[in-house]
Amino acid sequence: MIYGAGVDVGSTQTKAVILSSGREIVSRALAMTGANVTKAAERTFSEALAASGLPREKIGYIIGTGYGRYKVTFGDSQVTEISCHARGAHFMFPNTRTVIDIGGQDTKAIRVGTNGEVVDFAMNDKCAAGTGRFLSASAEVLDLPLEKIGALSLEGKEPVRLSTVCTVFVESDIMSYLAQGKKTPDILAGVHRAIAARTISLLQRIGLSPEYTMTGGVARNIGMVNCLEEKLKTQLNVSADSHFMGAIGAALFALERAELASRGKREEAVIGGWEDGLQETKQ
Amino acid sequence: MAEYGTAVHEASRKAMSAWYDRLALAARTGAPSAYLMISGNCVEILRSFDIEPAFPEVNALQLAIRKQSLPLILKAEEIGYSSDNCAYVKADAGFTFGEGAPGAGKIPKPTFIVCNFVGCHVYIKWFEHCSEFLDVPLTMLDIPFLRSDRPSDEDIHYVVAQLKNLIASCEKATGKAFDIDRLREICALSAKAEAGWQRCKDLCKNSPSPMDAYFDAINLMGPINVLRGTQDAVDFFDVAVREYEALVKAKKGPIPQEKFRIVVEGPPPYPFYRQFRDLFAAWGAVAVQSTYSTVGGIWEFGFRHDPKRPLESIAEQMLMENLCNRSLLERYKQIRRYVEDWRADALVIHSVKSCRLFSAGQGDMRDYFANELGVPTLLVESDLEDPRYYAQAMMKNRIDAFFESLEHRKLLKKPQGRTTA
Repeated sequence: MIYGAGVDVGSTQTKAVILSSGREIVSRALAMTGANVTKAAERTFSEALAASGLPREKIGYIIGTGYGRYKVTFGDSQVTEISCHARGAHFMFPNTRTVIDIGGQDTKAIRVGTNGEVVDFAMNDKCAAGTGRFLSASAEVLDLPLEKIGALSLEGKEPVRLSTVCTVFVESDIMSYLAQGKKTPDILAGVHRAIAARTISLLQRIGLSPEYTMTGGVARNIGMVNCLEEKLKTQLNVSADSHFMGAIGAALFALERAELASRGKREEAVIGGWEDGLQETKQ
Repeated sequence: MAEYGTAVHEASRKAMSAWYDRLALAARTGAPSAYLMISGNCVEILRSFDIEPAFPEVNALQLAIRKQSLPLILKAEEIGYSSDNCAYVKADAGFTFGEGAPGAGKIPKPTFIVCNFVGCHVYIKWFEHCSEFLDVPLTMLDIPFLRSDRPSDEDIHYVVAQLKNLIASCEKATGKAFDIDRLREICALSAKAEAGWQRCKDLCKNSPSPMDAYFDAINLMGPINVLRGTQDAVDFFDVAVREYEALVKAKKGPIPQEKFRIVVEGPPPYPFYRQFRDLFAAWGAVAVQSTYSTVGGIWEFGFRHDPKRPLESIAEQMLMENLCNRSLLERYKQIRRYVEDWRADALVIHSVKSCRLFSAGQGDMRDYFANELGVPTLLVESDLEDPRYYAQAMMKNRIDAFFESLEHRKLLKKPQGRTTA
């Protein structure tokens, strides 16, 4: 059996996934990235390895992805999270044509081709407006745990209209609504709507094309998923492993590269050995 | 043969250094000099009076590429320029109005200022400020914005009439009488350099392209915009054409293997010129054409200054044969022609945060090329002058992802045997 690993070092969390040649997820691990990115990558990979019960030498190839991908010093190569999210989403939901990835510091809209290739993508500018950080900033102001705000937002009956999607100014916006006596669920419903509206405008840049698969940590937020589904008037594919999607995509690339190496083929400068992987998926 | 681009780079450096020496001399002696703008400029007229042109835009560019722009931008903001103002303007304002700026004293206080603004209205204020603060006369030229593919006869007449006013200003500043024959000779020299420019650009249709028509184009942009109308510019382009022809023959380009041919729209982030270039070079991407290189003039489609109709052809250059005075739709046409005739794989748009005027509409441009024409298009944003707008990790992420996707799509298009076993 051949194994490949993907380590996705995001701005907020680091994720690691180990895949077997049967395309089964053998193990996964998640940790906060913190200040020492290299250590976070090592720690998370070690946890995934321990959970798999495999010795280190059984992992044929490791690919780093995410903003800290070059800090995965024990890895064999790097692929951007844009390619990895597309690959992971296509693996989980083969009819995926659009990936919505709302991460800690950026939001991505990725158009995916029939082979899981990236056809086009758009990202938020150099500003965390409308990203996961916006949600956590809102949660902090309201003194609520991040994981609760999604469900609570669904209870909102009269969503407030936020005047900003600026992650810095949202604080004063929320404070002013609290001062006006607005209810927390209504404020949260407004927060989620604001992000959804911004995400839709990002999606429109690449064209609205179903099926939509949501990836990244914010996919675990039911309020956000509902809001986007409402605006897109369709259901989103959301996997229980949505926040591991980048790591899964990286692990798929890694696995293909490991398989390539096991057949004694020269490593080619293509995306994590995509060329031969593609050949196999077509067979 | 010599290493890639050595002769061009050296010749450009020498020619531009000689120009800086002349400016420094003018600063010392008070010889006639004038401020002028690069975009669609009328340097030929100044040259016919032996007035040395100085370009505040070139000052700004040099400050940025030498990583000296930020303190000057901050100085300008201190004076009162808004953080949203054009960073070129702010860097030059900090340079001109601040004290102890790098290189200060080497650029002369001009005899007068020629505001030949095309396309950019912020530039009017820039030159008005220069005129007021430096207390030198200003000659303002009003160039109608080009809304269709050609200027009207009235437009040309209107600009020619203003050029005559400029000639009167030059006569007054220098005490010399205008000599139309001298202007004709200068226009003939301009046309020769312009032919060299077109040849260099045409050679980029080869694969591999002998030069990077975005990053290396600055070697050509100095001589064509600053020295146009001189024998020095003609000689420079002789060197450039010879070197690029030799490179084509040797099948050599700026990087060992040309894997992607791109067209680039928008000026480069000068404070991070090298880093930005490396992000493309890492993927084997070479710019085979760029719109930025045509801010001063578009010569690759055949326009030439005409010694037989010097003023009219100068007016045409200012009205339509430069990127900045063209409407967005005309810019689309120019880029489309680049993509098709230069056989590009993709378009990269570098949007400039502090230039809303030139960057406005680039979202639609991306949409048009990506979705209507099916040209893979990447839109990235930072700034041409202000280092605060550049984020290397984000830039790298977008560029890497873009080329990963291009690479993947190239594989999918490969003929049978590789992908359909």
